[in-house]
Amino acid sequence: MTIPLPRKTPVSAPHWEACQDGRLLVQRCTTCDQLVFIPRPGCTRCLTETLEWTESSGLGTVYSYTVVHRPQRPEFEAPYVVAIIALDEGWHMLTNLVDIAPDDVSIGLAVEVAFRVMSDEITLPYFRPRASA
Amino acid sequence: MARNLHDVAIVGAYHTEQAKRLDVAEPALLLDAMRGGLASAGLTAAEVDGVNASTWVSGIHAREAVQWLGGHPCWTGTGSPGIEAVLEAASAIASGQCDTVLIAAAQSGEYQDHSATVSWTRPSNEFVECWGLYTAAEFALIAQRHMHVYGTKPEALAEVAAAIRSNGARNPEAVMFGREVTPEDVLASRMVATPFHLFDCCINSEGGASLVLTTSERARDLDADPVYLLGGGMDRQGMSYTAAPLFDLHGRVGERAGKRAFSQAGLTPAAVDVAEIYDPFSFEVIRQLEVMGFCGYGEGGDFVMDGRIRTGGELPVATNGGLLSYSHAGLAQMLQKVTNSVRQLRGELPDALTVPDAKVALATNGGAGALFCDALLLGKEPA
Repeated sequence: MTIPLPRKTPVSAPHWEACQDGRLLVQRCTTCDQLVFIPRPGCTRCLTETLEWTESSGLGTVYSYTVVHRPQRPEFEAPYVVAIIALDEGWHMLTNLVDIAPDDVSIGLAVEVAFRVMSDEITLPYFRPRASA
Repeated sequence: MARNLHDVAIVGAYHTEQAKRLDVAEPALLLDAMRGGLASAGLTAAEVDGVNASTWVSGIHAREAVQWLGGHPCWTGTGSPGIEAVLEAASAIASGQCDTVLIAAAQSGEYQDHSATVSWTRPSNEFVECWGLYTAAEFALIAQRHMHVYGTKPEALAEVAAAIRSNGARNPEAVMFGREVTPEDVLASRMVATPFHLFDCCINSEGGASLVLTTSERARDLDADPVYLLGGGMDRQGMSYTAAPLFDLHGRVGERAGKRAFSQAGLTPAAVDVAEIYDPFSFEVIRQLEVMGFCGYGEGGDFVMDGRIRTGGELPVATNGGLLSYSHAGLAQMLQKVTNSVRQLRGELPDALTVPDAKVALATNGGAGALFCDALLLGKEPA
Protein backbone atom coordinates (compact mmCIF):
# COMPACT_ATOMS: atom_id res chain seq x y z
CA MET A 1 0.00 0.00 0.00
CA THR A 2 1.24 3.45 -0.86
CA ILE A 3 0.16 6.88 0.30
CA PRO A 4 -2.63 8.48 -1.76
CA LEU A 5 -1.03 10.14 -4.78
CA PRO A 6 -2.25 13.27 -6.58
CA ARG A 7 -4.83 12.81 -9.34
CA LYS A 8 -3.78 15.54 -11.72
CA THR A 9 -6.26 17.78 -13.49
CA PRO A 10 -5.92 19.70 -16.79
CA VAL A 11 -5.04 22.79 -14.74
CA SER A 12 -2.44 21.11 -12.52
CA ALA A 13 -0.89 18.64 -14.99
CA PRO A 14 2.03 20.89 -16.04
CA HIS A 15 3.07 21.22 -12.40
CA TRP A 16 3.15 17.46 -11.82
CA GLU A 17 4.79 16.69 -15.17
CA ALA A 18 7.60 19.16 -14.42
CA CYS A 19 8.19 17.45 -11.07
CA GLN A 20 9.07 14.32 -13.08
CA ASP A 21 11.83 16.38 -14.73
CA GLY A 22 13.06 17.68 -11.37
CA ARG A 23 11.62 21.17 -11.84
CA LEU A 24 9.24 22.99 -9.44
CA LEU A 25 6.78 25.12 -11.42
CA VAL A 26 4.43 27.84 -10.20
CA GLN A 27 1.95 29.94 -12.18
CA ARG A 28 2.82 33.59 -12.83
CA CYS A 29 0.47 36.18 -14.30
CA THR A 30 2.04 37.91 -17.31
CA THR A 31 -0.39 40.83 -16.87
CA CYS A 32 0.17 41.69 -13.19
CA ASP A 33 3.09 39.46 -12.07
CA GLN A 34 1.05 37.71 -9.36
CA LEU A 35 2.34 34.25 -8.42
CA VAL A 36 -0.53 31.73 -8.16
CA PHE A 37 -0.43 28.45 -6.22
CA ILE A 38 -2.25 26.06 -5.96
CA PRO A 39 -2.81 26.08 -9.76
CA ARG A 40 -5.91 28.00 -10.85
CA PRO A 41 -7.61 28.74 -14.18
CA GLY A 42 -7.11 32.49 -13.77
CA CYS A 43 -5.06 35.10 -11.94
CA THR A 44 -6.26 35.56 -8.36
CA ARG A 45 -5.49 39.30 -8.48
CA CYS A 46 -6.54 40.55 -11.94
CA LEU A 47 -8.73 37.60 -13.09
CA THR A 48 -7.04 37.37 -16.47
CA GLU A 49 -6.24 33.98 -17.93
CA THR A 50 -2.73 35.14 -18.78
CA LEU A 51 -0.97 32.67 -16.53
CA GLU A 52 2.29 31.06 -17.55
CA TRP A 53 4.36 28.41 -15.77
CA THR A 54 7.61 29.65 -14.32
CA GLU A 55 10.34 27.68 -12.60
CA SER A 56 10.94 28.19 -8.90
CA SER A 57 14.40 28.01 -7.33
CA GLY A 58 12.96 25.38 -4.98
CA LEU A 59 14.63 27.28 -2.14
CA GLY A 60 12.73 28.61 0.84
CA THR A 61 12.20 28.56 4.58
CA VAL A 62 9.79 26.76 6.91
CA TYR A 63 6.81 29.09 7.47
CA SER A 64 4.94 26.72 9.81
CA TYR A 65 4.98 23.00 10.52
CA THR A 66 3.38 20.25 12.56
CA VAL A 67 4.84 16.92 13.59
CA VAL A 68 2.09 14.41 12.92
CA HIS A 69 2.00 11.46 15.29
CA ARG A 70 -1.47 10.14 14.40
CA PRO A 71 -1.18 9.42 10.67
CA GLN A 72 -3.91 10.40 8.22
CA ARG A 73 -3.86 6.78 7.01
CA PRO A 74 -1.78 3.76 8.07
CA GLU A 75 0.27 4.15 4.85
CA PHE A 76 1.93 7.26 6.27
CA GLU A 77 4.83 6.42 8.56
CA ALA A 78 4.49 8.48 11.74
CA PRO A 79 5.88 10.71 12.98
CA TYR A 80 6.15 12.81 9.85
CA VAL A 81 6.57 16.54 9.41
CA VAL A 82 3.95 18.53 7.50
CA ALA A 83 5.20 21.99 6.61
CA ILE A 84 4.26 25.15 4.78
CA ILE A 85 7.28 26.43 2.86
CA ALA A 86 7.74 30.12 2.08
CA LEU A 87 9.52 29.94 -1.29
CA ASP A 88 12.15 32.60 -2.00
CA GLU A 89 10.06 33.96 -4.91
CA GLY A 90 7.23 34.85 -2.48
CA TRP A 91 4.78 31.97 -2.74
CA HIS A 92 3.87 29.16 -0.34
CA MET A 93 3.22 25.44 -0.61
CA LEU A 94 2.42 22.44 1.58
CA THR A 95 4.92 19.60 1.71
CA ASN A 96 6.62 17.11 4.02
CA LEU A 97 10.12 17.64 5.39
CA VAL A 98 12.56 14.76 4.94
CA ASP A 99 16.17 14.05 5.96
CA ILE A 100 15.67 15.76 9.32
CA ALA A 101 14.63 14.58 12.79
CA PRO A 102 11.25 16.09 13.78
CA ASP A 103 12.78 17.60 16.93
CA ASP A 104 15.28 19.53 14.82
CA VAL A 105 12.66 21.36 12.75
CA SER A 106 11.97 25.01 13.51
CA ILE A 107 10.15 27.87 11.85
CA GLY A 108 12.58 29.78 9.64
CA LEU A 109 14.72 26.72 8.79
CA ALA A 110 16.29 27.06 5.32
CA VAL A 111 15.12 24.25 3.03
CA GLU A 112 15.33 23.06 -0.58
CA VAL A 113 13.11 20.91 -2.74
CA ALA A 114 13.92 17.18 -2.85
CA PHE A 115 12.01 15.23 -5.49
CA ARG A 116 11.00 11.63 -4.87
CA VAL A 117 9.66 9.33 -7.57
CA MET A 118 6.44 7.76 -6.26
CA SER A 119 5.05 6.13 -9.42
CA ASP A 120 5.36 6.23 -13.21
CA GLU A 121 3.03 9.25 -13.15
CA ILE A 122 3.89 11.09 -9.96
CA THR A 123 7.06 12.56 -8.49
CA LEU A 124 6.46 14.50 -5.28
CA PRO A 125 8.30 17.68 -4.23
CA TYR A 126 9.42 17.01 -0.64
CA PHE A 127 11.73 19.49 1.11
CA ARG A 128 14.91 18.92 3.14
CA PRO A 129 17.36 21.18 5.02
CA ARG A 130 19.46 23.19 2.57
CA ALA A 131 22.85 21.58 1.96
CA SER A 132 24.64 24.86 2.68
CA ALA A 133 22.56 25.60 5.78
CA MET B 1 -44.60 45.54 5.98
CA ALA B 2 -40.83 45.84 5.78
CA ARG B 3 -38.86 43.69 8.21
CA ASN B 4 -35.20 43.46 9.02
CA LEU B 5 -32.92 41.08 10.88
CA HIS B 6 -34.05 42.51 14.22
CA ASP B 7 -37.61 41.42 13.49
CA VAL B 8 -36.57 37.76 13.57
CA ALA B 9 -36.62 35.53 16.65
CA ILE B 10 -35.63 31.95 17.45
CA VAL B 11 -38.54 30.21 19.15
CA GLY B 12 -37.42 26.59 19.05
CA ALA B 13 -34.09 24.96 19.90
CA TYR B 14 -33.56 21.24 20.32
CA HIS B 15 -30.97 18.55 20.08
CA THR B 16 -31.36 14.80 19.87
CA GLU B 17 -29.43 12.32 21.94
CA GLN B 18 -25.72 12.47 21.14
CA ALA B 19 -23.38 9.49 21.36
CA LYS B 20 -20.14 8.14 19.95
CA ARG B 21 -22.33 5.82 17.90
CA LEU B 22 -26.12 6.01 17.82
CA ASP B 23 -28.20 3.01 16.95
CA VAL B 24 -30.65 5.23 15.05
CA ALA B 25 -30.90 5.55 11.28
CA GLU B 26 -30.38 9.05 9.92
CA PRO B 27 -33.96 9.62 8.67
CA ALA B 28 -35.34 8.74 12.12
CA LEU B 29 -32.78 10.97 13.77
CA LEU B 30 -33.72 13.86 11.47
CA LEU B 31 -37.40 13.32 12.22
CA ASP B 32 -36.58 13.37 15.94
CA ALA B 33 -34.75 16.70 15.45
CA MET B 34 -37.65 18.16 13.42
CA ARG B 35 -40.31 17.08 15.95
CA GLY B 36 -38.21 18.35 18.87
CA GLY B 37 -37.66 21.76 17.31
CA LEU B 38 -41.35 22.18 16.60
CA ALA B 39 -42.31 21.06 20.13
CA SER B 40 -39.79 23.51 21.60
CA ALA B 41 -41.49 26.27 19.58
CA GLY B 42 -45.03 25.11 20.33
CA LEU B 43 -45.73 24.77 16.61
CA THR B 44 -47.06 22.06 14.29
CA ALA B 45 -45.74 21.01 10.88
CA ALA B 46 -48.64 22.80 9.21
CA GLU B 47 -47.45 26.12 10.64
CA VAL B 48 -44.01 25.92 9.02
CA ASP B 49 -43.64 27.68 5.65
CA GLY B 50 -39.88 27.40 5.29
CA VAL B 51 -37.48 24.50 5.81
CA ASN B 52 -33.79 23.65 5.66
CA ALA B 53 -33.31 20.08 6.84
CA SER B 54 -30.51 17.74 5.86
CA THR B 55 -28.56 14.62 6.72
CA TRP B 56 -24.83 14.05 6.36
CA VAL B 57 -24.52 10.49 5.06
CA SER B 58 -27.86 9.72 3.41
CA GLY B 59 -28.11 13.10 1.68
CA ILE B 60 -31.66 14.07 2.65
CA HIS B 61 -32.17 17.73 1.77
CA ALA B 62 -34.72 20.51 2.11
CA ARG B 63 -36.73 19.78 -1.03
CA GLU B 64 -37.45 16.29 0.31
CA ALA B 65 -38.15 17.64 3.80
CA VAL B 66 -40.94 19.79 2.33
CA GLN B 67 -42.85 16.57 1.67
CA TRP B 68 -42.02 15.23 5.13
CA LEU B 69 -43.75 18.36 6.42
CA GLY B 70 -46.87 17.62 4.41
CA GLY B 71 -46.03 20.08 1.68
CA HIS B 72 -46.60 23.14 3.84
CA PRO B 73 -43.28 24.95 3.31
CA CYS B 74 -43.01 27.21 0.26
CA TRP B 75 -39.40 28.24 0.96
CA THR B 76 -36.37 25.94 1.10
CA GLY B 77 -32.93 26.86 2.38
CA THR B 78 -29.67 25.37 1.15
CA GLY B 79 -27.27 26.93 3.64
CA SER B 80 -25.06 24.49 5.48
CA PRO B 81 -26.45 23.67 8.94
CA GLY B 82 -25.21 26.27 11.38
CA ILE B 83 -24.93 30.05 11.42
CA GLU B 84 -24.93 30.04 7.60
CA ALA B 85 -28.38 28.41 7.59
CA VAL B 86 -29.66 30.69 10.37
CA LEU B 87 -28.62 33.85 8.54
CA GLU B 88 -30.11 32.53 5.30
CA ALA B 89 -33.42 31.72 6.98
CA ALA B 90 -33.46 35.04 8.83
CA SER B 91 -32.87 36.85 5.55
CA ALA B 92 -35.76 34.95 3.96
CA ILE B 93 -38.05 35.91 6.83
CA ALA B 94 -36.81 39.53 6.82
CA SER B 95 -37.41 39.83 3.09
CA GLY B 96 -40.90 38.37 3.36
CA GLN B 97 -40.24 35.07 1.53
CA CYS B 98 -41.68 33.11 4.45
CA ASP B 99 -42.56 33.57 8.12
CA THR B 100 -41.53 30.46 10.04
CA VAL B 101 -38.50 28.31 9.22
CA LEU B 102 -37.51 24.93 10.62
CA ILE B 103 -33.77 24.19 10.39
CA ALA B 104 -32.66 20.66 11.23
CA ALA B 105 -29.63 18.44 10.72
CA ALA B 106 -28.68 14.91 11.74
CA GLN B 107 -25.80 12.51 11.26
CA SER B 108 -25.38 8.83 12.09
CA GLY B 109 -23.82 5.78 10.49
CA GLU B 110 -20.73 7.56 9.20
CA TYR B 111 -17.92 5.93 11.12
CA GLN B 112 -16.84 2.55 9.82
CA ASP B 113 -13.09 2.64 9.29
CA HIS B 114 -11.00 2.79 12.47
CA SER B 115 -7.64 2.27 10.80
CA ALA B 116 -7.46 5.90 9.73
CA THR B 117 -8.54 9.34 10.85
CA VAL B 118 -12.27 10.05 10.50
CA SER B 119 -13.18 10.15 6.82
CA TRP B 120 -14.52 13.70 6.76
CA THR B 121 -11.29 15.02 8.25
CA ARG B 122 -9.27 13.64 5.33
CA PRO B 123 -8.75 16.03 2.41
CA SER B 124 -9.03 14.95 -1.21
CA ASN B 125 -7.22 17.86 -2.82
CA GLU B 126 -4.22 16.83 -4.92
CA PHE B 127 -1.94 19.36 -3.17
CA VAL B 128 -2.96 18.35 0.36
CA GLU B 129 -3.84 14.67 0.64
CA CYS B 130 -0.43 13.30 -0.38
CA TRP B 131 1.27 15.18 2.46
CA GLY B 132 -0.71 13.35 5.11
CA LEU B 133 -2.77 16.29 6.30
CA TYR B 134 -6.16 16.08 7.94
CA THR B 135 -8.19 18.59 9.90
CA ALA B 136 -6.02 18.51 13.04
CA ALA B 137 -2.87 19.13 10.99
CA GLU B 138 -4.49 22.04 9.13
CA PHE B 139 -5.44 23.76 12.39
CA ALA B 140 -2.05 22.86 13.90
CA LEU B 141 -0.26 24.80 11.14
CA ILE B 142 -2.18 27.95 12.16
CA ALA B 143 -1.63 27.33 15.88
CA GLN B 144 2.12 26.75 15.53
CA ARG B 145 2.54 30.03 13.69
CA HIS B 146 0.49 31.91 16.31
CA MET B 147 2.65 30.36 19.05
CA HIS B 148 5.79 31.37 17.11
CA VAL B 149 4.66 34.95 16.49
CA TYR B 150 3.03 35.69 19.87
CA GLY B 151 4.63 33.21 22.25
CA THR B 152 1.29 31.54 23.01
CA LYS B 153 1.99 28.69 25.43
CA PRO B 154 0.89 25.04 25.37
CA GLU B 155 -0.45 25.62 28.91
CA ALA B 156 -2.98 28.09 27.49
CA LEU B 157 -4.21 25.52 24.98
CA ALA B 158 -4.44 22.96 27.78
CA GLU B 159 -6.48 25.33 29.94
CA VAL B 160 -8.97 25.87 27.08
CA ALA B 161 -9.37 22.13 26.53
CA ALA B 162 -9.72 21.45 30.26
CA ALA B 163 -12.21 24.29 30.82
CA ILE B 164 -14.50 23.13 28.02
CA ARG B 165 -14.13 19.44 28.82
CA SER B 166 -14.98 20.27 32.44
CA ASN B 167 -18.29 21.73 31.21
CA GLY B 168 -19.03 18.54 29.31
CA ALA B 169 -18.10 16.44 32.32
CA ARG B 170 -20.92 18.19 34.22
CA ASN B 171 -23.45 18.00 31.37
CA PRO B 172 -25.48 14.77 31.51
CA GLU B 173 -26.31 15.26 27.81
CA ALA B 174 -22.64 15.37 26.76
CA VAL B 175 -20.99 12.38 25.13
CA MET B 176 -18.09 12.74 27.58
CA PHE B 177 -20.28 13.28 30.66
CA GLY B 178 -18.40 12.44 33.84
CA ARG B 179 -14.98 12.68 32.17
CA GLU B 180 -13.34 15.53 34.11
CA VAL B 181 -10.04 16.62 32.55
CA THR B 182 -7.36 18.88 34.03
CA PRO B 183 -4.80 20.94 32.09
CA GLU B 184 -2.18 18.45 33.27
CA ASP B 185 -4.25 15.61 31.76
CA VAL B 186 -4.35 17.48 28.44
CA LEU B 187 -0.58 17.95 28.36
CA ALA B 188 -0.06 14.30 29.35
CA SER B 189 -2.39 12.92 26.65
CA ARG B 190 -0.74 11.47 23.57
CA MET B 191 0.41 13.81 20.82
CA VAL B 192 -1.74 13.90 17.67
CA ALA B 193 -0.16 16.70 15.62
CA THR B 194 2.03 19.26 17.39
CA PRO B 195 0.98 21.31 19.30
CA PHE B 196 -2.25 19.32 19.68
CA HIS B 197 -2.47 16.53 22.21
CA LEU B 198 -5.42 14.14 22.05
CA PHE B 199 -7.48 16.18 24.52
CA ASP B 200 -6.86 19.39 22.50
CA CYS B 201 -8.88 17.78 19.69
CA CYS B 202 -12.64 17.48 19.44
CA ILE B 203 -14.37 14.14 19.67
CA ASN B 204 -16.35 12.59 16.84
CA SER B 205 -19.89 11.48 17.54
CA GLU B 206 -23.40 11.29 16.15
CA GLY B 207 -26.59 13.26 16.70
CA GLY B 208 -28.91 15.95 15.44
CA ALA B 209 -30.18 19.42 16.27
CA SER B 210 -32.85 21.86 15.17
CA LEU B 211 -33.99 25.47 15.39
CA VAL B 212 -37.21 27.29 14.57
CA LEU B 213 -37.11 30.91 13.44
CA THR B 214 -40.08 33.21 13.01
CA THR B 215 -41.00 36.88 13.11
CA SER B 216 -40.72 38.67 16.45
CA GLU B 217 -44.37 39.57 16.05
CA ARG B 218 -45.40 35.94 15.67
CA ALA B 219 -43.06 34.95 18.52
CA ARG B 220 -45.03 37.07 20.95
CA ASP B 221 -48.15 35.00 20.26
CA LEU B 222 -46.45 31.63 20.82
CA ASP B 223 -46.16 29.65 24.00
CA ALA B 224 -42.36 29.72 23.69
CA ASP B 225 -39.61 31.83 25.19
CA PRO B 226 -38.18 33.75 22.22
CA VAL B 227 -34.55 34.68 21.70
CA TYR B 228 -33.87 37.55 19.32
CA LEU B 229 -31.38 37.92 16.49
CA LEU B 230 -29.15 40.90 17.23
CA GLY B 231 -26.58 40.55 14.47
CA GLY B 232 -24.62 38.12 12.35
CA GLY B 233 -21.91 37.87 9.77
CA MET B 234 -19.80 35.51 7.72
CA ASP B 235 -16.12 35.49 6.83
CA ARG B 236 -15.37 33.10 3.99
CA GLN B 237 -11.81 32.90 2.67
CA GLY B 238 -11.92 29.93 0.32
CA MET B 239 -12.30 26.19 0.07
CA SER B 240 -11.28 24.34 3.21
CA TYR B 241 -8.27 22.03 2.96
CA THR B 242 -7.00 23.00 -0.51
CA ALA B 243 -4.44 25.80 -0.37
CA ALA B 244 -2.00 26.01 2.55
CA PRO B 245 -3.56 27.51 5.70
CA LEU B 246 -1.30 30.57 5.88
CA PHE B 247 -1.52 32.42 9.18
CA ASP B 248 -0.65 35.76 7.52
CA LEU B 249 -3.60 35.38 5.12
CA HIS B 250 -6.15 33.50 7.22
CA GLY B 251 -5.10 33.94 10.85
CA ARG B 252 -7.74 36.62 11.39
CA VAL B 253 -10.63 34.89 9.64
CA GLY B 254 -13.82 35.70 11.53
CA GLU B 255 -12.86 39.31 12.23
CA ARG B 256 -15.14 40.53 9.43
CA ALA B 257 -17.99 38.34 10.71
CA GLY B 258 -17.63 39.61 14.27
CA LYS B 259 -17.43 43.25 13.23
CA ARG B 260 -20.63 42.96 11.20
CA ALA B 261 -22.45 41.13 13.98
CA PHE B 262 -21.49 43.63 16.69
CA SER B 263 -22.17 46.58 14.41
CA GLN B 264 -25.69 45.33 13.62
CA ALA B 265 -26.32 44.67 17.29
CA GLY B 266 -25.00 48.05 18.37
CA LEU B 267 -22.95 46.21 20.98
CA THR B 268 -19.31 45.64 21.89
CA PRO B 269 -17.80 42.35 23.06
CA ALA B 270 -18.14 43.61 26.65
CA ALA B 271 -21.90 43.04 26.35
CA VAL B 272 -21.52 39.28 25.74
CA ASP B 273 -22.47 37.14 28.75
CA VAL B 274 -21.76 33.73 27.23
CA ALA B 275 -19.64 32.78 24.20
CA GLU B 276 -20.49 29.55 22.41
CA ILE B 277 -17.19 29.62 20.50
CA TYR B 278 -16.62 26.89 17.93
CA ASP B 279 -14.01 24.59 19.45
CA PRO B 280 -12.74 21.94 17.02
CA PHE B 281 -9.33 22.35 18.68
CA SER B 282 -8.35 24.14 21.89
CA PHE B 283 -6.22 26.72 20.10
CA GLU B 284 -9.08 27.83 17.85
CA VAL B 285 -10.89 29.26 20.89
CA ILE B 286 -7.88 31.45 21.70
CA ARG B 287 -7.78 32.71 18.12
CA GLN B 288 -11.49 33.40 17.94
CA LEU B 289 -11.51 35.31 21.24
CA GLU B 290 -8.97 37.59 19.56
CA VAL B 291 -10.76 38.02 16.22
CA MET B 292 -14.14 38.58 17.91
CA GLY B 293 -12.55 41.42 19.88
CA PHE B 294 -12.59 40.07 23.45
CA CYS B 295 -8.85 40.78 23.64
CA GLY B 296 -6.08 42.07 21.40
CA TYR B 297 -4.17 40.02 18.83
CA GLY B 298 -1.64 37.84 20.58
CA GLU B 299 -3.40 38.22 23.94
CA GLY B 300 -5.73 35.22 23.64
CA GLY B 301 -3.32 32.90 25.42
CA ASP B 302 -3.27 35.10 28.52
CA PHE B 303 -7.00 35.88 28.28
CA VAL B 304 -8.08 32.26 28.76
CA MET B 305 -6.10 31.77 31.98
CA ASP B 306 -7.18 32.20 35.61
CA GLY B 307 -10.62 30.71 35.09
CA ARG B 308 -11.86 33.52 32.90
CA ILE B 309 -13.55 31.25 30.33
CA ARG B 310 -14.85 28.67 32.83
CA THR B 311 -18.41 28.67 34.10
CA GLY B 312 -18.50 31.26 36.85
CA GLY B 313 -15.73 33.20 35.09
CA GLU B 314 -15.93 36.52 33.27
CA LEU B 315 -16.74 34.95 29.88
CA PRO B 316 -17.93 31.33 30.00
CA VAL B 317 -17.10 29.54 26.73
CA ALA B 318 -18.65 26.43 25.11
CA THR B 319 -20.82 25.87 28.15
CA ASN B 320 -22.36 22.55 27.07
CA GLY B 321 -18.92 21.01 26.63
CA GLY B 322 -18.60 22.00 23.00
CA LEU B 323 -17.11 19.90 20.25
CA LEU B 324 -14.40 18.77 22.66
CA SER B 325 -16.77 16.97 25.01
CA TYR B 326 -20.47 17.48 24.21
CA SER B 327 -20.62 16.34 20.57
CA HIS B 328 -19.26 16.77 17.06
CA ALA B 329 -21.85 15.22 14.76
CA GLY B 330 -21.17 15.83 11.07
CA LEU B 331 -22.46 19.37 10.74
CA ALA B 332 -25.11 19.34 13.48
CA GLN B 333 -22.46 20.64 15.90
CA MET B 334 -22.50 23.93 14.00
CA LEU B 335 -26.22 24.26 14.72
CA GLN B 336 -25.58 23.21 18.31
CA LYS B 337 -23.53 26.37 18.90
CA VAL B 338 -26.75 28.25 18.19
CA THR B 339 -29.10 25.87 20.02
CA ASN B 340 -26.92 26.03 23.13
CA SER B 341 -26.86 29.84 22.96
CA VAL B 342 -30.65 29.81 22.87
CA ARG B 343 -30.86 27.32 25.71
CA GLN B 344 -28.48 29.45 27.84
CA LEU B 345 -30.59 32.55 27.29
CA ARG B 346 -33.72 30.53 28.09
CA GLY B 347 -32.12 29.10 31.23
CA GLU B 348 -32.56 25.50 30.05
CA LEU B 349 -29.11 24.14 30.94
CA PRO B 350 -28.23 22.22 34.11
CA ASP B 351 -27.69 24.60 37.06
CA ALA B 352 -23.95 23.89 37.20
CA LEU B 353 -23.56 25.15 33.62
CA THR B 354 -26.09 28.00 33.61
CA VAL B 355 -24.70 31.49 33.21
CA PRO B 356 -26.91 33.44 35.63
CA ASP B 357 -28.98 36.23 34.12
CA ALA B 358 -27.36 35.84 30.66
CA LYS B 359 -28.82 38.40 28.24
CA VAL B 360 -26.49 38.28 25.24
CA ALA B 361 -24.87 35.21 23.67
CA LEU B 362 -22.33 34.92 20.88
CA ALA B 363 -22.20 31.78 18.75
CA THR B 364 -19.45 31.09 16.21
CA ASN B 365 -18.79 28.42 13.58
CA GLY B 366 -15.69 27.39 11.67
CA GLY B 367 -12.04 28.21 12.16
CA ALA B 368 -8.81 29.34 10.57
CA GLY B 369 -7.71 25.86 9.50
CA ALA B 370 -10.94 25.61 7.47
CA LEU B 371 -10.71 29.16 6.03
CA PHE B 372 -14.12 30.30 7.29
CA CYS B 373 -15.55 31.69 10.51
CA ASP B 374 -19.09 32.96 11.07
CA ALA B 375 -20.64 34.81 14.01
CA LEU B 376 -24.15 35.26 15.43
CA LEU B 377 -25.31 37.44 18.32
CA LEU B 378 -28.50 36.53 20.15
CA GLY B 379 -30.34 38.44 22.86
CA LYS B 380 -32.94 37.71 25.50
CA GLU B 381 -34.35 41.12 24.61
CA PRO B 382 -34.84 42.45 21.06
CA ALA B 383 -32.26 44.88 19.63
